[in-house]
Amino acid sequence: MTDLGIAIDSSTETGGRGAFRMFLRNKAAVAGLVVFTFIVLVTIFGPGIYGQEAHKMAAGPFLGPGDDAGPLLGTDYLGRDILAGVITGGRTTLFVAAVAGTMAMGLGLVVGSLAGYFGGWIDALLMRFTEIFQAMPSLLFSLVLIYLMGPGTWKETLAIGLTLWALPARLTRAEFLRLREMEFVKASRAIGSSDRRIMTRTILPNAMPPLLVAATLLVVIAVLFHAGLAFLGMVDINTVSWGSIMGKNRNYTLTAWWTVAFPGIAIVITGLSIALIGDGLQDAFNPKLRGR
Amino acid sequence: MTALARSIGIRLGQAIGLLLAVVIVVFLLIQLAPGDAALYLAGEQGVGDAEFLAEIRADYGLDRPMLVQLGTYIGNVAQFDLGQSTYFSEPVLGLILDRLVATVLLAGAALLFSVTIGVALGVFTARRPESPASHGVTVLSLVGFATPVFWLALMFIVVFAAKWGILPVGGIEDVRYEGGWFGETIDTLQHLVLPAISLGIIYLAIYSRLARASMLEVLESDYIRTARAKGAHERVVVYKHALRNGIIPVVTAAGLQIGNLLSGALLVEFVFAWPGIGRLMITSIFRRDSPMVVGIVIFSAAMVIIANLLTDLVYRLIDPRIRVGGSR
Repeated sequence: MTDLGIAIDSSTETGGRGAFRMFLRNKAAVAGLVVFTFIVLVTIFGPGIYGQEAHKMAAGPFLGPGDDAGPLLGTDYLGRDILAGVITGGRTTLFVAAVAGTMAMGLGLVVGSLAGYFGGWIDALLMRFTEIFQAMPSLLFSLVLIYLMGPGTWKETLAIGLTLWALPARLTRAEFLRLREMEFVKASRAIGSSDRRIMTRTILPNAMPPLLVAATLLVVIAVLFHAGLAFLGMVDINTVSWGSIMGKNRNYTLTAWWTVAFPGIAIVITGLSIALIGDGLQDAFNPKLRGR
Repeated sequence: MTALARSIGIRLGQAIGLLLAVVIVVFLLIQLAPGDAALYLAGEQGVGDAEFLAEIRADYGLDRPMLVQLGTYIGNVAQFDLGQSTYFSEPVLGLILDRLVATVLLAGAALLFSVTIGVALGVFTARRPESPASHGVTVLSLVGFATPVFWLALMFIVVFAAKWGILPVGGIEDVRYEGGWFGETIDTLQHLVLPAISLGIIYLAIYSRLARASMLEVLESDYIRTARAKGAHERVVVYKHALRNGIIPVVTAAGLQIGNLLSGALLVEFVFAWPGIGRLMITSIFRRDSPMVVGIVIFSAAMVIIANLLTDLVYRLIDPRIRVGGSR
C-alpha cells in the first residue's frame, strides 16, 4: 500500500466506524433501516408467500377493507386484491427507483467530479450543460423522454435516471472543488499521482459522506417519480406498481377510497424509511454531532 | 452603467443563452428519437406511397439538412412561434397562454401558502427549539418529503369533498353558477383551496424546516446579541433583524423549486381536472400531439428560467451584501 492508502484507511478508521456507531445510536434512523429492510423482504418474498396474484380477480368488486367476503385490504373495481397489489407493486417501484437512482448518481458523479476537479473551461461547459437539464421541469422532461421512447420498465428507468442527475452533479462538483485545495490532495499530486488516481482514490472517498446522503434522497425522489409516472399511465400497463394501482382506480376514489389509500401509504412509508436512513447518515457523518 | 445594471444585464444574457440551449437539446432529442415524422404524418392521412412521402418531406422541410431545420426552428421560437398543434390545428403558444392563468394561479397560491406558513412555522419553532411543535416540524418535513403529491390530493378529495362535502372535487369553476364577478371569484377561490393546499403542503414541509434551521443559526449570531444588548424589543429583534437574514435560504429554495413546483402542479391539475398547462401536457401526450408536447416543455423551461432570474433580483433586494458585490 502506498502512503495514500494509509491516509484513506486512517480516515475510514475514525470516520467510518465512528459514523456507524453514531448511526446505530440514532433510533429514528435504525427504525428506518428496519422498516426498509422489511419492505424489501416483503417485495421479494411476499408475493410467493401471499399466493394471490395482483392482476387476477380475487373476489367481488369494491369490497371494503375488513369485508368478510373479501381480502384484508379490500378489492378494486375488477375485484383485484389490493393487499396483493401492495405486496407485488413494491417490486417494480423499488427496482426502478434503485436503478434510476444509481444511474443518476453515476452520471452526476462523472460530470460533477470532472467539472470540480479540472475547473476552468471544462467546469464551465459541464455546468452550462447541467443547467439545461435543471431548467426543464423534471417530470415534464421525463414525460417527453417516455413520449419519445415509448413505455416500458427499462425505458422509464432511463427516463427517470436521465432527469435526476443534475442534483448529484452539482453536489459532487462542490465537494471536489472544496477538497482539491486540501493538503492531502496537494501531497498526492506532489508525489506524482495521476489525475485519475487523485480523483478516484484520494478525493472520492472523502467526498462520499454527503454523496451517500444525497443518494438516499435521490432514491426517495425516484420512488415518487416512478409513482407519478405510473399514476399518469405513462408506464407499461401490464406491470403492477403502487402508482399504477392508484392510477387505474383514480376514477373510483370517491366510492372505493381504499384502492387508492393503501398503495399511497406504502409509498409514504417506503419513502419515509429511506429518508430516515439518509437523515441518520447525515448526522452520523457530521463530526460536530459526534460524541454527544 | 452601474454595477447593478451590468450584473442584471449579464444574468439576462445568460438566461437567453440557456433558453437557446434548451431549445437545441429538445430539438436534438426529437431528431434522435426512433420513428420517421413523415411516415407518421402520412399514416394520419391514410396514404403511404413514396411520392406522397416526398411531398410531405418537402412541405414540412424534413428533406433539408438537420442544421438548417434547427436554424429554422430556433428562428421560429425567437419569434414566439412554437408551431401548430396537430390536434387543435391552432398555434401552440396561444393554446398554452390560454391555460397559463390557471397554472400560475395554482402554483402561485401553493407557493404563497407554503412560503408564508412555512416561514411563520419556522420562526415560531426556532424560538422554542426543544418544544413539541419544533420536533413536529422535523417529522412533518420528512413525511412531506416522502408523500406523493397526487396521493395527498386524492385523499383530500376523499375527506373534504366526498365525505364532508364542504369543497368542490375538481375543475376551476362551477359552470352552473350565474352571478356577478364577485360571486364567480369566490367560486373559483373555493375550487382553488384543495389543489393549492395539496400542492403547497409538500413545500410547506420543506420550507418550515429550512426556515427553522436558518432562523436558529441567525438568532445565535453576534449581531442579534448586539441588538438584544442595546435593548431592542424582542419582536423587533426577531422580525426586523433576524428574519431578513433568516428568510434568504427559503427564498433561494423557493426559486430553485419552481421547476419542481410545475412538475407537482402537473399531477395536481390531473387529479383535480384543473384546466392548466400540466393537464394540457398529459392530454397532448395521449393525443400524440408532438408540437404541443415540445412547446410545453420549452415554455415551462422559459418559465423556470424567468423565475430564477426574478429570484436573483429579489435576492438583491433582500440582501444588501449581494446588491453591492454583484455576485453570490
